[in-house]
Amino acid sequence: MTTTDEKIIPELVRKRRSPLFEVFLRLSKSPLAMFGLAIIFILVFCAVFAEAISPYSPIKQDLMHMFETPSSAHWLGTDEFGRDILSRLIYGARVSLQVGFIAVGIALITGGMLGAVSGYYSGWLDNCIMRVMDVLLSIPQTLLAIAIVAALGPSLMNLMIAVGISAVPTYARIVRGSVLSIRSMEFIEAARAAGSSDLRIILKHIIPNSMAPIIVQSTLGVASAILNAAGLSFIGLGIQPPNPEWGAMLSGGRQYIRDFPHMTLYPGLAIMLTILALNFLGDGLRDALDPKLKR
Amino acid sequence: MNDTDTMLDIKNLTIHYEAEGGTVHAVEGLNLTLGRGESLGFVGETGAGKTTTALGIMRLIPNPPGKIKSGEIIFNGENLLSKSESEMRKIRGAKIAMIFQDPMTSLNPVITVDKQIAEMISLHKNVSKSEALKLAGDMLELVGIRRERMHDYPHQFSGGMKQRVVIAIALACDPELLIADEPTTALDVTIQAQVLELMKELKQKFSASMILITHDLGIVADICDKVAIMYAGRVVEYADKRSLYTNPVHPYTRGLFRSVPDIEEDVDELPVIPGLMPDPVNLPSGCAFHPRCSMAVDECRNSRPKMIEAEEGHFAACPVCVKKFMNGEALS
Repeated sequence: MTTTDEKIIPELVRKRRSPLFEVFLRLSKSPLAMFGLAIIFILVFCAVFAEAISPYSPIKQDLMHMFETPSSAHWLGTDEFGRDILSRLIYGARVSLQVGFIAVGIALITGGMLGAVSGYYSGWLDNCIMRVMDVLLSIPQTLLAIAIVAALGPSLMNLMIAVGISAVPTYARIVRGSVLSIRSMEFIEAARAAGSSDLRIILKHIIPNSMAPIIVQSTLGVASAILNAAGLSFIGLGIQPPNPEWGAMLSGGRQYIRDFPHMTLYPGLAIMLTILALNFLGDGLRDALDPKLKR
Repeated sequence: MNDTDTMLDIKNLTIHYEAEGGTVHAVEGLNLTLGRGESLGFVGETGAGKTTTALGIMRLIPNPPGKIKSGEIIFNGENLLSKSESEMRKIRGAKIAMIFQDPMTSLNPVITVDKQIAEMISLHKNVSKSEALKLAGDMLELVGIRRERMHDYPHQFSGGMKQRVVIAIALACDPELLIADEPTTALDVTIQAQVLELMKELKQKFSASMILITHDLGIVADICDKVAIMYAGRVVEYADKRSLYTNPVHPYTRGLFRSVPDIEEDVDELPVIPGLMPDPVNLPSGCAFHPRCSMAVDECRNSRPKMIEAEEGHFAACPVCVKKFMNGEALS
């Protein structure tokens, strides 16, 4: 008996790991996803400890060192007011991540609730909600965000609200779609036949089954929210100068692009790298969260 | 039918679906009795109303569009149709359990199988979570799956094993009545035999009654005691297995038996019942089978036939055939 016990017990222990850890393990098998995760960790680190790691103040002007190309004193050069671009990028990460995550949070909670309600209680309520979503969806996202920010006035909070609201219909549709498809599955009927209540079915069967597409979409959504916010800042409706924001930096540097391309190159690279990282992570998560792809 | 220990008594059950093109008469005035420990085979074509009847017993008819119009379902002396939703929840799973057709989709893909069995147990039994999981492991062993595999996800099992898991879930709370809705249709033939063998064995072990929905007369012969043949929402013939297989009375039943290939005989074309199942929105008058029946007389078109006893415990809804049968005339 001891031999079989020894054989079985580690097996059981191995399989009792938390599902979150399992997902992470599977995620760690994808080098691209790990690359994305690393970049995002670095960005979060920069955002949190910006004061400690940035070599200069992001807003202090130094008119003696304007338009400097990268050097040992200013690793990524300086801009038209002599501000250190690296420091501005580090502080900019703070704004970008905040906008990205909070805007997606707003969109996910509002859209998710609307979508779940309309998916579960189909009928006239579903029709009302989804037609409003269709109206919102028919307006281009950026245009909608511009309209909202223009109405509310440019500020960090309003930027997040605008980007968030313009993404609500996407999440409402995704959540509704997955609730609808799962609601009609046979295992939901089986759960009902086993005597489960509606609430239990929603909590134990519908939500866990619809999590994967929502998590994936959120990760990718953070990327597009950052891009959107940068776009709004680029046209002057987001973060106001002198506060550092990647989109605004890009916009500020564009008139000097011929002579001093480093001013647009680095903020552009920062945006690109962040979005690439989030997309890699999103793709990796999609694979890791699909139980069918497990070995 | 012995009235000493009747477990399930369905009286005049009528279930309609309100569709856009009209009312679908899925089940029309169905009567059925099932004794304790008996197993009943429920045979009929697709669309005859077998699954609707099963869902009706569980009170799981999707509403809208479905609605139980009238009738009584007496289970252990109580009418299920007058129960509240929360009372029904206590019966579903605990007293009446159901096995669905497709094991591929009737398990939740993101939950490990032990947790799915344990969920059923903790819904109806007052046990701790770890105890429920332990019982889940016991159930898995009972259906022939090694305990080590209890933490696996459904997709890690083959179709036959999934159906075993489904059976384990259904039997986890020791139900009195098991409704199996075509439990082997989605499986290949060798696995079918294994699953049927397992069901037969466990039914005895748990001394449960069973309603087995199928279109396979062979399966019925294998595990059932009684057989009900259903056509267009009604039971047309009801008898114990031996009597039905030796003396099928209703023309529809005889048509079914004729269309089963005989291994001894070499035929190019199997006999078929001419025509198609009637449109359930627009059922023919009188006997629903009369447009396809070679023996139909005027009476069949005008009045709906009642179930008549042809021999002891053998009922058929065809006065013409029953009369011939009782006179000893040959039914062709």
